[in-house]
Amino acid sequence: MSDFLLGMVGFGVIFLSAVLMGIFTALRRRSPSAFREIPAFTRLRQAIGRVVEDGTRLHVSLGRGALVTPQSASAMAGLTLLRRLAELTSSGDQPPIATSGDAVLAILSRETLKNASQASAQGVFDPSAGRLTGLTPFSYVAGALPAIRDEKISANVLMGNFGVEVALLAEAAERENTFTLASSDNLAAQAVLYASVQEPLIGEELYAAGAYMDAGPLHEASLKVQDILRWLIIAVILVGVLVELLRAVGIL
Amino acid sequence: MKLKGIFSTVIAIAFGLLVLVGYLFGVNADGTPSLLGQLESFILNVAVILAGFAILVGIINLLIVHTGKVRQMQTGAIYSTILVVTLLITFLLGLLAHYNLPFIRSLYNGAFLSIQLPIETSLMALLVVTLTYASIRLLRRQLNLFSIIFLITAFLILVGTAPWPFLGDVPILSTLRAWIAQIPAGAGARGILLGVGLGTLTTGLRILFGSDRPYGGRNG
Repeated sequence: MSDFLLGMVGFGVIFLSAVLMGIFTALRRRSPSAFREIPAFTRLRQAIGRVVEDGTRLHVSLGRGALVTPQSASAMAGLTLLRRLAELTSSGDQPPIATSGDAVLAILSRETLKNASQASAQGVFDPSAGRLTGLTPFSYVAGALPAIRDEKISANVLMGNFGVEVALLAEAAERENTFTLASSDNLAAQAVLYASVQEPLIGEELYAAGAYMDAGPLHEASLKVQDILRWLIIAVILVGVLVELLRAVGIL
Repeated sequence: MKLKGIFSTVIAIAFGLLVLVGYLFGVNADGTPSLLGQLESFILNVAVILAGFAILVGIINLLIVHTGKVRQMQTGAIYSTILVVTLLITFLLGLLAHYNLPFIRSLYNGAFLSIQLPIETSLMALLVVTLTYASIRLLRRQLNLFSIIFLITAFLILVGTAPWPFLGDVPILSTLRAWIAQIPAGAGARGILLGVGLGTLTTGLRILFGSDRPYGGRNG
């Protein structure tokens, strides 16, 4: 298939997704959606309640997804969740802390926290809350560890692009007996998180955080579009298998 | 939305769309790069340069956070002091290294090869212990079928990868390892990656719709 034809197919998929998202957003305004329960998000809501009541802090680690790479989508999902969590904890005494391993992401996290505090009447903005902790995988983790240990953190959300080094963050959070929800778009990190975190999110659950935390109707529409596209992909794979099978037995 | 918010949203959507169409239609039917493709690479190059400046801003932010900790004598202020001092020394060495002074250059390289590299390698070694401990704790935390399958699979992969003492390579174990890695694990990984791909697509579309705006304004 030529590059031009591939481009046309890509455009078709993106256009279809955009139209479906628009339709589902319009429908969502009429009737709310119901999704399967993901216990991690229910426990995250409980943890947010405790953060506000105890006067403790929430720590959101956004990983190292640089904005000019495909990993930026997981970082964007993390930023959306950060915004929502900052709004939900705005009635607490302490604003959340965001750590990241990419400079642009650190600037965006600071901006997100600032916007969330301005949107809320009680919001407090701490300019040092959006931090770059290191530029290599391990220096980033080493820089984020003191935040988990020393800053009265009672809930950790690790969401973005991490490698296996995320196990060190998960272990530190476990030692402090804090709630930890974690997810990464990296397969190795997902395996590590499954073994080391109370509430791991696997696969596309990372991108569902906005919908489950009521970040807006477009987030819920995104989930429905993902489901439709997933069924389309399953159908294409099954048709492909059938065609190959028929070809193998000489019918096609 | 304030004027600044509207302006940044329009800029983000416009440039996002330009990069997207440049990516999809960056090549003409005859294989030559199209105008959209050239525009896409130009925008991405500018983004990379801006990201370089962002590193400087990030490092200044790191410096401010840690000098603040030292000033207020917070917990771990000693580590912050070490960080600030070593950061300034390394920065100065990096600047001076450009003047081709052999002693400074060896000091600058030494900072990476003799300090940063061994520390990161030690952390990697620590990770092995952490993961072993986490695997043991997994059964205590959630004893279910998936945890048991997870641990058995990890064990089989481990014993099938490394040669055994006195026995060397055990063919049945390495065959089993290859089967697990290529069939069930490969299929599962592809399924997860398809889900991640779909999530990436809809996240990108939300940004193009102006719904997710980490650069300013209200999300929704």
